[in-house]
Amino acid sequence: MIVRQSSVRAPGDGGAWSPYLAGALAGILSAASVLWTGAFPGASTTFSRAAGMAERAVSPGHVERVEYFRRVVPAVDWQFMFVVGIFFGALLSAVLSGSFRLQAVPDLWRSRFGPGIGRRAAAAFAGGAIAIFGARIAGGCPSGHGLSGLMQLSASGLVALACFFLGGIAVARALYGRGRGR
Amino acid sequence: MRPEGFVTGMLFGLLLQRGRVLRYDRQLGALLLRDMTIVKFMLSAIVTGMACLFALEAAGMARFDVKATVLGANIIGGLVFGAGWGLLGYCPGTQLGALGEGRWDAAWGIAGMVAGAALHAELYPLLSRTVLAWGDFGRRTLPAVLGVSPWLLIPLFIFGSLLLFRWFERKGL
Repeated sequence: MIVRQSSVRAPGDGGAWSPYLAGALAGILSAASVLWTGAFPGASTTFSRAAGMAERAVSPGHVERVEYFRRVVPAVDWQFMFVVGIFFGALLSAVLSGSFRLQAVPDLWRSRFGPGIGRRAAAAFAGGAIAIFGARIAGGCPSGHGLSGLMQLSASGLVALACFFLGGIAVARALYGRGRGR
Repeated sequence: MRPEGFVTGMLFGLLLQRGRVLRYDRQLGALLLRDMTIVKFMLSAIVTGMACLFALEAAGMARFDVKATVLGANIIGGLVFGAGWGLLGYCPGTQLGALGEGRWDAAWGIAGMVAGAALHAELYPLLSRTVLAWGDFGRRTLPAVLGVSPWLLIPLFIFGSLLLFRWFERKGL
């Protein structure tokens, strides 16, 4: 926690920018996107669309019967491509800057729960399922509510973002304790 | 719309990767209040985007798209999201970037999210009768709730963020 990425860089972790600079550019990019296409960044609805598309491949009739998939149509839209773009943008940036690193278990997780891939996989799968269930109820995730919402000074963005952190802090403390883990 | 979304996402992914906010250790670092990198990134994005968007809107060049404030949904859904976030250590958007960086445990999170979203769709009729209907105030903005001009709140947000940043740097967070 003493080491800041601006001052000290681990070998093979090149190309880090100040989070202030990268964040400010992300804010400008969000505004530019609204100017360009009218679309605000977000991510969580994409997983509903992806679920609908996956279900349609298995059972088309079932998707027809689910009310939610008439509201949120399982099809590729702006946000879906935005989320896919994040993967390729991060991949390109990591490869070009030499910071790409294949890792099955994060360092902090390993220090607390060991190197087992199965344990991490189970927690990550369950965490993902719980997180998206909550995000779809809340009406967005940290990008849709947090960034795009608060940029417009929306009341829901502030409430949701505060609750994201409250829930996250509680679970992180339960997993790692107050002073352990690093 | 789709090529534009892809290009915007690529640039967003690049900024997330360069800002080093994609990693599990950084996300948990923020939730354990030890490493505020992602908070620095988020607040910088929010205040910069806010200033740009309100200027664009004043010039008639941007339309806002404010999500409804439904306190039951925002609070309960928000807390549930947070709990899952603490377990997974990635957000819905950033886990795609984490996978791009080679942190392939994000793939489990992506699979979990598709499964969780499918469950949400099944339970939607029940949710819409209950939690999604509790405390519905419609599309509200903070200036409307507080009865003040956005041009008062924007400088306050910027000033508050700068104070927080100074504190983070002093504490080495």
